[in-house]
Amino acid sequence: MVSFLERIGNGEVLLGDGALGTMLIRRGLNAGECPDIWNIERPELLEEIASLYLDAGSDIISTNTFGGHPLKLEQYSFRDRIEEINSAGVKAIKNTVKGKAYLAVSCGPCGKLIKPYGDTDPEDISEGYIKQLGALVGEGVDIIYIETMIDLAEALLGVKAAKSIAPEIPVCATMTFDFTPRGFFTVMGNSIEQAAKELEEAGADVVGSNCGNGIENMVKIAEEFKKHSRLPVLIQSNAGLPIVKDDILEYPETPEFMAERVKTMLDLGINIIGGCCGTTPQHIASFRKTIDNY
Amino acid sequence: MELLDQLKDSLQKGESEQVARFTKQGLSEKIDVRTILDDGLIAGMSIVGAKFKDHEIFLPDVLLAAKAMYVGMDIIKPLMIKEGIPTLGKVVIGTVHGDLHDIGKNLVGIMLKGAGFEIIDLGRDVPAEKFIEAAVESDADVIGMSALLTTTMPVMKKVIGLAKEKGIYDKVKIVVGGAPLSNEYAEQIGAHAYCYDGVNAVDRVKEFVKA
Repeated sequence: MVSFLERIGNGEVLLGDGALGTMLIRRGLNAGECPDIWNIERPELLEEIASLYLDAGSDIISTNTFGGHPLKLEQYSFRDRIEEINSAGVKAIKNTVKGKAYLAVSCGPCGKLIKPYGDTDPEDISEGYIKQLGALVGEGVDIIYIETMIDLAEALLGVKAAKSIAPEIPVCATMTFDFTPRGFFTVMGNSIEQAAKELEEAGADVVGSNCGNGIENMVKIAEEFKKHSRLPVLIQSNAGLPIVKDDILEYPETPEFMAERVKTMLDLGINIIGGCCGTTPQHIASFRKTIDNY
Repeated sequence: MELLDQLKDSLQKGESEQVARFTKQGLSEKIDVRTILDDGLIAGMSIVGAKFKDHEIFLPDVLLAAKAMYVGMDIIKPLMIKEGIPTLGKVVIGTVHGDLHDIGKNLVGIMLKGAGFEIIDLGRDVPAEKFIEAAVESDADVIGMSALLTTTMPVMKKVIGLAKEKGIYDKVKIVVGGAPLSNEYAEQIGAHAYCYDGVNAVDRVKEFVKA
């Protein structure tokens, strides 16, 4: 298989996968349950979801390890099972994905705020990423996602941890931005320009954004990333903010609606496009069509 | 610069040591405790809230300012109790059962405390019964619930149902907030108000204690 970065370098646009969390909820994941433990308890569901995204045309499939940072797993009293839960995330989908798509390991925020405004030492967050990533990359993976970051300081710790233990694996670092009248900022006040610059300096191979509040804002975020970074850009939008109807969640943005905006992102030269919360294999299939017909 | 301005200024910058220094200095200069609270700490925090609302400053600045505010409040608290200065009201807050996210809830707590309310913070992953028990026990005016996960939002409905069952729904006002929430959802589940951010929460809760 030609390497991930090589294909991007050749001008190819790669397609990521869609949501995992909301897919698991549809399959019975309960409120308050740790999604990552399903790597061990329900691996067949992760295999099924991976297959659905492969059939939809994804070039990259990601693991169910978003909440696998030790400080996060500790909150669910899984302190002693960090390696087990994370490596099971790769094992669950490895055979399904191998040879068909790149396997990306997902690392989300640790759920703690860094000192001095928070109460957690940066060293503890770093060590946590090293521990999580150690278990993940030990299983043989193609890409590392440091994703849904709202604090650039934490994102940088994640990127550096990845580069310290597996410098050969490409790292995609993506953050979540909110729209304000003064432009796009993360909750912690990081701008896109600042994120693009500092993530690159920390060693990220790809930068960008995921989650957010709808693909229309995401197109604007994509444009700004292109303006401020020379690195390839990855964009994975959610399907808008959910609406609750009779206790059932519905994400408002349809595959067609989103695919139309994916086209705009192709115009902007975005290199990797996928989905986040609320996107489904149907969304990914329609992104595939848009990319192939472009 | 006048002492209270210095206090407000250092609070906004999140300089805890300076806030402690100016608060103590105020007390030794026989400035009324109430004045230090209202025109120093609360006034400073209110500016922080307004700037945060306008996106001039962000969460880290607010958290640092809050830490400084707490330092000042701890110094004057014994005197407030001694002089019998009442708080604006009591608010029980928490993130609902199943939800471990507490950044938003903490921010609301900071803003309410900074506005002069007494906060009973139940933390996160709070069982429905706990909200009701705490509200009854403390004779709270308001219950504030937070949820970040779309999967935990329905727990709020359960708490409201329980409040009705226990007969406190008409006495204690229930406010809700969190990223996936909306006015419509709050109405649907019978909450008395939806608060879209910490500053808004202060406004809404103030309406309830006045009424």
